[in-house]
Amino acid sequence: MSIIYRPAILAILSIATFLLLWQGLAYSLDSVTLPSPLVVINVLITEITTGELPHHLAITLYRLLLSFSIAMSLGCIIGIILGRHPQLDYFFDNWLVIFLNIPALVAIILCYVWFGLVESAAILAVVINKLPNVIVTIREGTRALDPDLLDMAKCYHFSRMKTLRHVIWPQLHPFFMAATRSGLALIWKIILVVEMLGRSDGMGYQLHLFFQLFDVSSILAYTIAFITIIQAIELCILKPLDRHAQRWR
Amino acid sequence: MSHISIHIHDKSYRTANNKAKQVIKALHLSLHKNEFVCLVGASGCGKTTLLNILAGLDTDYAGEITFSTQQLSPKIAYVFQNPRLLPWRTVLENIELAANPDKESLDFLLNSMGLMAEKDTYPAHLSLGMSRRVSIIRAFAMNPDLLLMDEPFVSLDAPTARQMRHLLVGLWQKRPHTILFVTHDLREAIAMADRIIFLDKEPMSIIREVPIPLTREARNTSAVIEQFKQQLFIDYPEITALL
Repeated sequence: MSIIYRPAILAILSIATFLLLWQGLAYSLDSVTLPSPLVVINVLITEITTGELPHHLAITLYRLLLSFSIAMSLGCIIGIILGRHPQLDYFFDNWLVIFLNIPALVAIILCYVWFGLVESAAILAVVINKLPNVIVTIREGTRALDPDLLDMAKCYHFSRMKTLRHVIWPQLHPFFMAATRSGLALIWKIILVVEMLGRSDGMGYQLHLFFQLFDVSSILAYTIAFITIIQAIELCILKPLDRHAQRWR
Repeated sequence: MSHISIHIHDKSYRTANNKAKQVIKALHLSLHKNEFVCLVGASGCGKTTLLNILAGLDTDYAGEITFSTQQLSPKIAYVFQNPRLLPWRTVLENIELAANPDKESLDFLLNSMGLMAEKDTYPAHLSLGMSRRVSIIRAFAMNPDLLLMDEPFVSLDAPTARQMRHLLVGLWQKRPHTILFVTHDLREAIAMADRIIFLDKEPMSIIREVPIPLTREARNTSAVIEQFKQQLFIDYPEITALL
């Protein structure tokens, strides 16, 4: 097998090719609307050292964490209840369909109109966008629970908490992780719009500002910071969580 | 006085085209304390339904089950056909979650089933026979008033099944419990039971009860078991149709 097929080398090659293409394109276009990677890196470093970028990134991360936790915990509870009770599920299924199909922008605008341009309205807008997805995913997982194991738990008098923790939760874990991954990707995108429309700090607000100034270098610098953070969350939090939960396989 | 008396007058369910189908009809059965009873009948005769009723998993039936013990809720352990272990918990955790036995009793059970070395293993790494031994330990660890077993040795190869029977009877002799063991293998029943109950199907009812007078030692010889089986067929020709 050739050395080129090793995953690490392939990864480096692919990133390098990407940067080269970017550099080549920026060089040949020679336009302020597409700065070269080097320029962007310089802006990134300046933004970090002045503390601007960390400040806004921290605010956005805080909003992300808050809305994500609310959406995930509410979604898990409702999803499990709907998955276990078919009649409730029939009743609320239409609600879910409605909420799933509300465009993100509509939910954001309505939240701001009804509750004002405040922090809680921003958080609520993100939660409303994310919640139906979590409910649907966890509900599917709950429907797929192994009835044999539930019977076993009943037969051996497992308490509700014991059943939830040792029988139900491990089976829901893959669904929870799927909801987490798709949820993070979704929330990142929505939270920027929320900040852009009604907040005076955060990454979304900054990007909007740069857009008005036509400052593409800063936009790209912030984007790189973004991508790095998402990857860090995936590698440092989600992957270890996955490994821990899968250790029995 | 019998330890447990079971009276099931009627158990029916509705089929897909909304016809009522009777699974169990007028089944009366009493079990003595620490008795090993085998239920023998063709597959599909409703034995699992009966066990689910006894285990409290199925409450949609007409009848009553009474225990002579004064406890409000008698302890009933169930060894399922599939071991039904939690794959994400170790052998030890699986046992302790269900039963919480003391250390001494746990060690005794693990040793007598030969699973001491595997106690921290996840079920995915166990063979079917080992998983089934774990589910037997789980049931005994609960120290139940009634121990239900639903063909726990099916689809094992013959030597493994023989070894499992040997382990089970050995354990039961040291830790006596009332066992209701479902099987469709008459030789298996003769090898283990104090009493065999033959069941007819559609609806399920008892057609014959036969005590097994063979000593435990005598049952180690397969020729003895085979001979007893042939004698059963001669004495009770109606049971041949079941098997």
